Amino acid sequence: MSVVEAVLADLTESAERAIVVDSPPGAGKSTLVVRAARHLTAAGHSLMIVAQTNEQVDDLIDRLAGADPGLLIGRLSAANYQASERVEAHRNVLVAQKADAFTDRPVVIATSAKWATLTEGSWPWAIVDEAYQMRSDMLLRIAGRFERALFVGDPGQLDPFSTVDVERWAGLSWDPMQSAVAVLLAHNPHLVPHRLPVSWRLPVSAARVVAEAFYPYTTFEAGTSAAERRLEFSTRGMAGAYDRALDEAARSGWAWYELPARHTIRTDAEAVQAIAALALRLLQRGAVAHSERGSSPVGADRIAIGAAHRDQVTAIRNALRGSAAEEITVDTANRLQGREYDVTLVLHPLSGRRDATAFHLESGRLCVLTSRHRHACIVVGRAGIPELLDAHPSTEPVHLNVPVKFPDGWEANQSVLAHLSRHRVAADR
Amino acid sequence: MSTLTALARIEAARTGSAQPLATVRHCHLGEQPLVLIPLKLSGEAAAPLAAMVGTARKDPALLVVAQPRNRDLRFGFAAELAALVLSYVESRQAGTETVPTKDGEGRQRYSDAPQVLVPNPGGITFLRLLGRSTRFRRIDGPYPVEASVPLLGRWLTWLCDRAEQPGSSVLMPMTSMLAGHWATGQSTFEDANLGALLGWLDPPEGMTGPQAALRAEDPLLCPPAGPTTDPGFDNEELAPLLAAYDRAPADQARMAATDRLRRALRRQLEPTWELMWRSIELLRALPEGAHVTGRWEGDRESFTHFAEGVPEGFPQAKRDSAVAAARRLIRLERAQDELDVQRALDDPLVMAEHRLTGEAFAGIVVAAQPDRLDTTGKTPKLRPYLQVRTSDPLRVADGDTVHNAGRKGQKALVVDVNAGTVLLELSSGMGRKRVAEPGSVPEVGDRVCFTTFAADFHRSPVLPPLEQTPWTHGGPPEAYVPGDDEAVAYPPTAADALEVWE
Repeated sequence: MSVVEAVLADLTESAERAIVVDSPPGAGKSTLVVRAARHLTAAGHSLMIVAQTNEQVDDLIDRLAGADPGLLIGRLSAANYQASERVEAHRNVLVAQKADAFTDRPVVIATSAKWATLTEGSWPWAIVDEAYQMRSDMLLRIAGRFERALFVGDPGQLDPFSTVDVERWAGLSWDPMQSAVAVLLAHNPHLVPHRLPVSWRLPVSAARVVAEAFYPYTTFEAGTSAAERRLEFSTRGMAGAYDRALDEAARSGWAWYELPARHTIRTDAEAVQAIAALALRLLQRGAVAHSERGSSPVGADRIAIGAAHRDQVTAIRNALRGSAAEEITVDTANRLQGREYDVTLVLHPLSGRRDATAFHLESGRLCVLTSRHRHACIVVGRAGIPELLDAHPSTEPVHLNVPVKFPDGWEANQSVLAHLSRHRVAADR
Repeated sequence: MSTLTALARIEAARTGSAQPLATVRHCHLGEQPLVLIPLKLSGEAAAPLAAMVGTARKDPALLVVAQPRNRDLRFGFAAELAALVLSYVESRQAGTETVPTKDGEGRQRYSDAPQVLVPNPGGITFLRLLGRSTRFRRIDGPYPVEASVPLLGRWLTWLCDRAEQPGSSVLMPMTSMLAGHWATGQSTFEDANLGALLGWLDPPEGMTGPQAALRAEDPLLCPPAGPTTDPGFDNEELAPLLAAYDRAPADQARMAATDRLRRALRRQLEPTWELMWRSIELLRALPEGAHVTGRWEGDRESFTHFAEGVPEGFPQAKRDSAVAAARRLIRLERAQDELDVQRALDDPLVMAEHRLTGEAFAGIVVAAQPDRLDTTGKTPKLRPYLQVRTSDPLRVADGDTVHNAGRKGQKALVVDVNAGTVLLELSSGMGRKRVAEPGSVPEVGDRVCFTTFAADFHRSPVLPPLEQTPWTHGGPPEAYVPGDDEAVAYPPTAADALEVWE
């Protein structure tokens, strides 16, 4: 029995109040959510679906409504929400601000923040998507709305964060700064999470690297073979370092475009310029992606650029403005979670820094940035990051009762860098 | 570190003197703050050794524990400290003001609140532990303490809890206050040393910042600001003095030993005492930010509320329940958001950081249609157009909503962005009529600043009551039954008076 079948069987047969499913990047999490929702409604249950952002809610609605046009779906939203095109395209979706409007609808879906405003009403089932991104205090606010729940998420991605830095709850099993799943498992230690074992997104070249660095004890494999995924260019490259980096990425799935070592401010002008030039060059050379889904050109909509900080994102967007690459998605790791592209370009979080803080060492950040692609990932950064890491071992305080988290961000960073060093292309001087 | 802060630090390192990071003071500084410098015995979690306390520079009180390993003496120290702290707290309750309430009767709020200043964040950690070790003590039974001791614990706990709230001014570490207003040319780690930090900010005559900071690293010239003491002092002075106290055969000899200890500790504390008051002078010289009064009002509100509950209430719980923790975290995050926005609105130098990142822009109004009406809807609505020219890097795009930094509650829609000019459509903050209230629409030639962020109004979060704590968070906590070794009520009773040591 496959993992998905086991999960579906649990939904209707197990007596547990919670079912947890861990999913590595691109392992079919959304597909599972859609199947579980249809499985439950087919069995006559009504259910609520919780996602973390409006974007995620709309994505899920699109998939669910498309998979089952006969299923009536309610989309609970805030007053200032404007239905996106992909939601409005489905006639079986009703958007409203109050849950009363959905009494006849078996599926009601909203962001966790919206669910938290409800003071009454209860559903026999909930599906919580991206549950590792949700903070425990949010789960506390919505847990009264459902009897049983399926939690689905990726434990390797970014932990939920807080704008305040308080240690007073460290070690408490209900620490509100922890993720919803961490707190749920702490109070229900008998629950054993299911694990989806195959990544359908990551190519063979990336699955092993990402699994080793970020999922050391819960490894997964690529669902496709190396021969199935191929990236080629319509035009030959010239002699420059940009083209060498692109060729390396097309050949091996990875490229490390290395600028000379230097301490810089966060919006390192040279790095920003390099990443913009690489993106533009990628478009100019007319990349074509061949995969199990067939062959298609890699347009601006199939490329993403990721960075750690918002000001870096702004700087890169400004650098692309007015060029053919303007339409490319540029965003922070937080916003790229759950997204998928053919090729990604990443500004390394530690590039040009003098220190390595917990923020920059967080393994989830690098994991998100290096696991969005179906074909190739090009990382841009300055030389000297391994030395920087060696000078800044993690010094986070250790608290009693707080489970040690794997992987360690420092080690994960080293592991990825060690791999990237084999695909190094030095910038032209 | 933001670009402007980095620049200020480089500039400080280059010139050898500190550079401003703020043009106004972003914290409240009352007429009579209580300066408190605690010292602890090294090797112990929270064994008080000494404290210098007072509200007047010329009149510090020195409290000393002659033998910190003796718990009776420790709690004697706590009682002495309680006398000072509690009378200070009481003195803040002298005046009240009436706050209007919905029922029209109004309620009373203290017009002042305590403000305790410690040298560094370590001082707060120590006070938290001291509060934890005193607030559950019994006043009768086997190991009684004075009635003021558990009360001190509750007040210290309130101060430390409140200090976690961003923007609160009831308990503040001096190093953080100073570092929030000035940049030095040394690392943030070195900034945690009050002496070195003040060396950059206010070097002695004839010295540069780096020279004064280097001098402050010598523990003989400039003893540490606590709560940890200098290891050299521990070994060479403190250990022999404590041993002499232990060996003293009679009361008289013990008093002499105590006197010698007091003199030694005074020498350790006095330099820091001076540094604290010099820091206060520096901060006082800055004008207060516009929103500081409002945040201090929140502190006074919390003070009034807590003071009302003291006579009948219980000591604060050892740890937050799941519901209480969630509620507190949400409150802290909202306070942080509010503080960030208010600091930017109060201070052009802080706003400059946001302008650099494109989260705000400032410029001159070059054209305006103050009486433009939007007639597309059923009723015409006042929607003035403003054209703003700016040289700031722009990140706003058509359709974004921005907020007028100079006029609270005034929003505008970005209609068009074109090479350094932004066309805005004002949508609120102009009164309710079809003609704008005089002065509510910026005029041609005015300098304006618009931000992409604003202090949002938040509805209070919906949280389940404690008894409905969900199964995902361990279910409702069991009703609390005080154990044999715990006191909960105030005043504590004699029934089960044993020490609580965790």
